[in-house]
Amino acid sequence: MTESSASQATLSKKSGISIAHVLLEGRAFLALIAIIAVFSYLSPNYFTISNFLIMASHVAIYGILAIGMLLVILNGGIDLSVGSILALSGVLAGAMMQGIELQSMGVILFPPVWAVVILTLAAGGLIGAVNGMLIAWFRVPAFVATLGVMYVARGIALLQTNGLTYNNLSGRPELGNTGFDWLGFNRLAGIPISVIVLAVLAVLTGLMLSRSAFGRWLYASGGNERAADLSGVPVKRVKISVYTLSGILSAIAGLVLSSQLTSAGPTAGTTYELTAIAAVVIGGAALTGGRGTVRGTMLGAFVIGFLSDGLVIIGVSSYWQTVFTGAVIVLAVLMNSIQYGSGARRG
Amino acid sequence: MSKAPAKAVDTSEVVMSARSVAKSYGSIHALKGVNFDIHRGQVTTLFGENGAGKSTLMKVLSGIIRPSAGAIILDGQPVVFQSSADARARGISIIHQELSLAPNLSVRDNVFMGREITGPTGVDYAEEERQVRLLMEELEEHIDPLTPVEELRLGQQQIVEIARALSVDSRILIMDEPTSALSATEVKVLFKVIRDLTAKGVSIVYISHHLEEALQITHHAVVLRDGTMTAYAPRKDIDLNWIVRNMVGDNYDLGSPPTGYDFGETALSVRDLTVADPAGGFNVVDHLSLDVKSGEIVCIYGLMGAGRTELLETLAGRINAKSGGIVLEGNEISHLNIADRIAIGMALVPEDRQRDGLVQTMSVGQNLSLASIMRFTKGLFTQKKAEQAIIDETIRKVTVKTSGGGAPIGSLSGGNQQKVVIGKMLATDPKVMLLDEPSRGIDIGAKAEVFKLLAERARTGLAVLYSTSEVGECLCVAHRVIVMRKGRISAEFDSNVTKEQIMAASGEAVIH
Repeated sequence: MTESSASQATLSKKSGISIAHVLLEGRAFLALIAIIAVFSYLSPNYFTISNFLIMASHVAIYGILAIGMLLVILNGGIDLSVGSILALSGVLAGAMMQGIELQSMGVILFPPVWAVVILTLAAGGLIGAVNGMLIAWFRVPAFVATLGVMYVARGIALLQTNGLTYNNLSGRPELGNTGFDWLGFNRLAGIPISVIVLAVLAVLTGLMLSRSAFGRWLYASGGNERAADLSGVPVKRVKISVYTLSGILSAIAGLVLSSQLTSAGPTAGTTYELTAIAAVVIGGAALTGGRGTVRGTMLGAFVIGFLSDGLVIIGVSSYWQTVFTGAVIVLAVLMNSIQYGSGARRG
Repeated sequence: MSKAPAKAVDTSEVVMSARSVAKSYGSIHALKGVNFDIHRGQVTTLFGENGAGKSTLMKVLSGIIRPSAGAIILDGQPVVFQSSADARARGISIIHQELSLAPNLSVRDNVFMGREITGPTGVDYAEEERQVRLLMEELEEHIDPLTPVEELRLGQQQIVEIARALSVDSRILIMDEPTSALSATEVKVLFKVIRDLTAKGVSIVYISHHLEEALQITHHAVVLRDGTMTAYAPRKDIDLNWIVRNMVGDNYDLGSPPTGYDFGETALSVRDLTVADPAGGFNVVDHLSLDVKSGEIVCIYGLMGAGRTELLETLAGRINAKSGGIVLEGNEISHLNIADRIAIGMALVPEDRQRDGLVQTMSVGQNLSLASIMRFTKGLFTQKKAEQAIIDETIRKVTVKTSGGGAPIGSLSGGNQQKVVIGKMLATDPKVMLLDEPSRGIDIGAKAEVFKLLAERARTGLAVLYSTSEVGECLCVAHRVIVMRKGRISAEFDSNVTKEQIMAASGEAVIH
């Protein structure tokens, strides 16, 4: 019960300086260091700035999704729809870049890129809000609600393009809608824009979690929703907000991805939701809610990204990559249950 | 149970005994060395208030938990039960206070859960059904063995639980509050079954809050208080007064009502409040009206199911009332949500600290400041210094023993955790403080501190309304005692009331 966990907590606190404890606490960071060290040893091309930047721009997609997933998981939920929202957002942006035909008026609108971005984010947020409302108001289990939305969003994306891919997203100067590839290709001070977007989002989310009232509400309602409710935390609003934010972040990831690929396909981002969940879990967040940080999630995303890119660089078969990624995830969850389990939450 | 014993029953034979049985959870001692005997073919009843250790003792006897110290002696041999299945194999079974049925399964499947009768073709459902029908006949209950348990009312579910225990052919049957949801007729039938069982040599250990009822069938009485056995006597030597005296004991001083000041205006006014049972059918709070003045401390006493928790949760906004009004300092607040009610000064300390009071993943400080986040938020961000000031002030005011605001909430003892929940709500600067069983599961010293704290705050104008199921706690700081029974106020007393009067009004015991 509580009392026994209390004594355990004090015990573990006293021996807190032990090596095992440090290893457990900093496991994601140490794993990242180990991955970099091993691959640098195996391949001379791995430990170069240009390679790190390329790998980081790959991580950006998963990382942005993982930030949204972290918010949802902190709330004690799960969001399986992020991969589909990513694809749908890309397709919507692609469609808008091709022009919106208003048949009744006989005109084709070519919105400028900033408008495309805003409309796409709004669409992502709307789908996320639907998730949130299904879960908070209609008490649909998060797993089921987001599973349904995952199928619906993917289906709409396929319907929108008839299964095809938009290949031309660059716009035309005479229509004033160029610049979409800026997100995916440009660099600021040598750093890919996508990485900067990830960094800015991570910092903002970190501030929100650690410093804002909303962050505190999120941790509280994820840790114990009933207690948070009775303490005056607007638990339903928090819930709808995190799914909305997850939807917006998925849309951002969709924009970045289609900009990187200069194409928007309805099958993009399939199974990305699982990679995002894996990043959050490797980063030490508890799937039961209430525990986790942006820092950990970012480390988790980099562990997955650097590992799979490293395996590509040293020429390991992609089948083995799948095996390795799976093993890392299981190991991470094992560590989480060692850290959070051991009776501490049984009271 | 259908087998009759071969030889005549020796009524004085001891089949099982507990010797210096103790059980501790960390710093909380639920049992502190209890001795008593269970006689063959007789009923032994355990009396005691909530938290006295009755249920813990029963769990030890039935193998669900292992004692920290002491021995269980069965047929003259010391035994250690590995599990409840182990105890069941030796003929000991238990009817739990909380129902442990699978609501989706049928009565038949529940009765034989984990002990399915199997034949060559799998489970022998026909045989199971036949046995359940026999049991139901014996219990004079018309329940079809194939009905899903969720379709039964609570009392019938309790019958199913009893049938399950009867189906085991146990030598020792432990009944933890078996009658709490039964009607008077059902209780009569149960007592007939108990008499039949004892005639066949089965020993019964019985727990009940309904003292008079228990006295009808018991042969021996054991009284527990704060984990210690305070009295043990055969039926012929005891009466109701003896039990009550031993149950409540000499009072540990939990304080007295604060005096020397005048009450202020009416802070909380409840008018005709009616709350429907979520399962439907009846009202858990039934046209209840009460007033609490600023500076006044009011205690609500009642048995389980009297509607105390529902009343307090409705006042706090967790449950919606069916009808009636709630007025806080002249403002009708029935339409407000929990957060708005907290903002204008209505705070609830819930009954179940672990489930409703604390966020286990957060630190002591974060728990303390949870309900008053907006007080230290400027613009977008929380102010660290302002928050720390609130945390430090609250820790000092409610005297939480902790290494600091950053300590994990799980590192505190039960009493200090309770002070954190109280401190959290006090930090919102409430006008009315509602506390649902504030002393549940905390030791006597912490209890006294909690009540002292309430008395101090009442002096500064706080209106306090707390509920309790321990009669001794009505007679400490409360200026007024309200007794609830079946959703209504059955009596109201000033602070000069006696325990016997309170217990009589609650339906627990009528002292002649």
